[in-house]
Amino acid sequence: MAFLRQFTLILALLVVFSTSCRAATLEVDSVEKGHNLSSKSSATEDTSTSTNDSTGGHGTSTISTLPIVIWKWHHVETPYLVALWILTCWLCKLVVELNHNVTNVFPESGLLIILGFILGGIVWGADKVQTFRLIPVNFFYYLLPQIVLDASYCMPNKLFFSNLGAILVHAVIGTCWNAGTVGIALWACYEGGAMGNLNIGCLQFLLFGALMSAVDPVAVIAVFEEVHVNEVLYILVFGESLLNDGVTVVLYNVFDAFVSLGGPKINAAEIIKGIVSFFVVAFGGSFLGVVFAVLISMLTRITKNIQVIEAGFIIVLGYLSYLTAEMLSLSAILSITFCGVCCQKYINANMDEKSVTTLRYTLKMMANGSETMIFVFLGLSAIDKNIWVWNTGFILLTLLFVVLFRFIGVFTLNWILNRSRLIPIDYVDQFVMGYGGLRGAVAYGLAATLDEKKIPEKNLMLGTTLIVVYFTVILQGITMKPLVQWLKVKKASQSDLTLNGKMNNRAFEHILTAMEDICGRMGDNWWTRHWNYFEDKYVCWLLMKSNARKHKDPIFGAFHKLNLEDAKTYVTEGERKGSLAFIRNFDNASVDFKKKLALEYADLMPDIMADMSEYDFGIDNVPVNSVMKNQIPSVSLDMYEQDRKGMPDELSAHHLLDQHLYKSRSHNRPTYSRSHYNTTENPDEMQEIFQRTMRSRLESFKSAKMGVNPAKKLSKHPKKDSTHKPNGKPADPHRTHPYGDEDFEFSADSASSSEIAGHFPRRSTPGSGVDNPSFIPEMDTSPPMRNPPWQTETGNNAAVAPSQRAQGRLPWTPTNLRHVEPPRMNTHSTDTFVMGDASINEEAPERKPGTNQTKL
Amino acid sequence: MGSTNSTLLKIPNVEVLMQETGFSPAHIIRLHDRFKALDKEGRGYLCPQDFGAIKELAMNPIGDRIIGAFFSPGKETVDFHAFVKILAHFRPVDKDRPKEPNSPEPINSRSNKLKFAFQLYDQDKDGKISRDELLKVLRAMLGMQVTEEQLESIADRTIQEADLDRDDAISFEEFRKSLEKVNIDHKMSIRFLR
Repeated sequence: MAFLRQFTLILALLVVFSTSCRAATLEVDSVEKGHNLSSKSSATEDTSTSTNDSTGGHGTSTISTLPIVIWKWHHVETPYLVALWILTCWLCKLVVELNHNVTNVFPESGLLIILGFILGGIVWGADKVQTFRLIPVNFFYYLLPQIVLDASYCMPNKLFFSNLGAILVHAVIGTCWNAGTVGIALWACYEGGAMGNLNIGCLQFLLFGALMSAVDPVAVIAVFEEVHVNEVLYILVFGESLLNDGVTVVLYNVFDAFVSLGGPKINAAEIIKGIVSFFVVAFGGSFLGVVFAVLISMLTRITKNIQVIEAGFIIVLGYLSYLTAEMLSLSAILSITFCGVCCQKYINANMDEKSVTTLRYTLKMMANGSETMIFVFLGLSAIDKNIWVWNTGFILLTLLFVVLFRFIGVFTLNWILNRSRLIPIDYVDQFVMGYGGLRGAVAYGLAATLDEKKIPEKNLMLGTTLIVVYFTVILQGITMKPLVQWLKVKKASQSDLTLNGKMNNRAFEHILTAMEDICGRMGDNWWTRHWNYFEDKYVCWLLMKSNARKHKDPIFGAFHKLNLEDAKTYVTEGERKGSLAFIRNFDNASVDFKKKLALEYADLMPDIMADMSEYDFGIDNVPVNSVMKNQIPSVSLDMYEQDRKGMPDELSAHHLLDQHLYKSRSHNRPTYSRSHYNTTENPDEMQEIFQRTMRSRLESFKSAKMGVNPAKKLSKHPKKDSTHKPNGKPADPHRTHPYGDEDFEFSADSASSSEIAGHFPRRSTPGSGVDNPSFIPEMDTSPPMRNPPWQTETGNNAAVAPSQRAQGRLPWTPTNLRHVEPPRMNTHSTDTFVMGDASINEEAPERKPGTNQTKL
Repeated sequence: MGSTNSTLLKIPNVEVLMQETGFSPAHIIRLHDRFKALDKEGRGYLCPQDFGAIKELAMNPIGDRIIGAFFSPGKETVDFHAFVKILAHFRPVDKDRPKEPNSPEPINSRSNKLKFAFQLYDQDKDGKISRDELLKVLRAMLGMQVTEEQLESIADRTIQEADLDRDDAISFEEFRKSLEKVNIDHKMSIRFLR
């Protein structure tokens, strides 16, 4: 079966592929322009004379009768080919990934190259000439930037900066070493007569050495990610390969300039200029990247209202940083690298979580897509008789030197670095680092840009580069995994996120800095600390939204993440056990949850409960739920909302929502908006929550205390409720937190009732206009969902007494009240209430249950 | 090396100290210089005020706890030997050094490093980090960024995470277990003490 599927897919691939080829052969004379939007352009470059079709189209030719359909191939040719090739390449990836037995042994990149060979063979067979190949312009302008941006954006920031020294040493000194030694060694062998008669001078050899020294991040990441080596090794290889590309390009340009200058004109001054230009280009590029990172971060502070395209800014500005650097002849790769690395922290904090996810996935998709295309085209480009000039000596010696000097360089540099490293890099890791020196598309791209006029043996170099690329990517790629296993390289340990870990990390940092202070030495921690201080004080102020700043603390972040996870499992669990029951019957849910928790925390529940009861509601029959709530505080309401949305039984969900939401909301909001996703925004959510809690609270109250003057009751209640709050201690923190206040949904009736009560004071000051008669009757319409348990469990008096007891526990701090709404909210009738809310909603058109409702 | 030796000779029992801590003579001398610099009045011991005079340390949120760690319970002073022994916790573990059989556990072993961290939390020295103790440390470290309630729920959750015997406190054993996957050698070592 599996085979059949694969076979069909390959067939499909061939069909698509042949379409593109056929299309191309049909139009042999027609052209793709060199700058066409993607890599696949034909070798028959730029004859852009056939503009007739692309510009004028049908208008130019005289027609005798009205045609119904016209064949307008030239009209769409270029974009059509581009799209077809993208499709072809991606289908290649699909084919490659079909069988995991193969990819387990064979790296994906290698397989793609091989598929490229096959496709190239077909094109060659059809055309007798290689119509398509990877053109440097396309590679450098359209395929590479997103890969680098993605790699740098997803870079583990802290790890990168803490190893930055080692990475820089390897990337700068290592690359220069590789370039120089490979070039000189080849030249020496050439002089020694190992390659016969070639028209290559010393400088050309150095130039070749420079382009050969580019360790390709694409190939390296592809291989290393599959192997899961330990993080230090990973960041060293990855960071090096990323920065090394930039350095290589710079070095290449310097040598290229030397070559054009010609041997005799090069004197000491020129060499010094070359060195200066190397540093200016490299550091200038990096600096430009940082500038763009600052720009991006500042921009994301204010893009709240255009959330849909928010993520696009990062891509566009990242690309601009690349192009700007290119324009200023600075290092474009370094620029975009540093842009991505530096801005990630701030934009992740500034942007909505959804935009961050969007950005992450978009970048991943673009990077992966172009990576696939690069490999396929690397294979495809090889099938071309014209580029192959064979010189055994040259090719074999290049291979040898490339590998050999890489190892020598890595070991020497590591030896130096190890003298001062806290945790030395051991020999196995060093070996893997050396072995991970895969060459890839950057080397090929640079080789392809060589100028044939200056370097007569360009094709030999290009061919050799291809061979080195194939050798390293395919052979070293295949052997990498067994090697890592055989050498027992330390693998990345799967560390889960724990609060303990985060907290102690922080404590360790403080301890270390303190010890350094006591010893009176400025160590690493001194720098870290001062940077952190500086960042906190100035950088974050400049680049982060104020509310994002508040929540950026890693401990708190971990806490938040854990809670979200819990919420998710909770919802999944609930749904698994019958979602509707779980929504309607709160008791069920909490029972489920308790089971789940019990599993997780072994049997620690009883103790905690016992402990909790100490500062719990003071009600004797504290329901388990309230404890549950303490366990998993600040669970997102919007999980709950999602859950509701996804419910199979839409009708009842609708009904349920209807009971809890404002009906008016549905009128004044469009169901669908082009420019806004209906995203949950915290303030609105809070209003929503407030309203819902208000209602159910009132409702329960009313039913609980029928016959008592509602106004009095209610005016009394909020105060009382506020005193409830301390009880649910752990639940409270999220009051201020975006996802905060939703957990009341979590717990079953009794808990929610107290929680609801707890919420009340935020919005409405005591004595709010809830006594409005129009309000109360409306309450009655809501279903008795919460009533019975509430009534039965806590009873009339119980609701009052415990809270007073609890009053003494924690002072009601003003910060907790920060969310108290302006009086307009609580003044009187439901109508004004609704209006006030609605107007706010309009200000920030985000998804609210109200809209969900209309959608449902 | 004459000056080196003469400095070393001034320190009593220096061989024992080096044996115990694993510091090289160069380290000992450097630390001794620092010790003398901190001991402004030349009394030969340090008191908490001497540490308090370090400006940077005052900025450290858990600085006072760390200072406290230098003084064994009931004592108001710390002499050079004790000073060096505390700092020896932070010497990176050297893997190359052959392990002598029967030798006592070195001060910079993983569990000693952890113990040092643990006692910073465990201020009442009952062998357990209680909720209150944890809360105090968290409050110091998180500072103004979170509210009291948030702090409390973080503390609760942290305890839950580590608390295996359900006594609502973290014992040393639990502390060690919770940090099992953390590379303590890396996180609790100072490079220049190598």
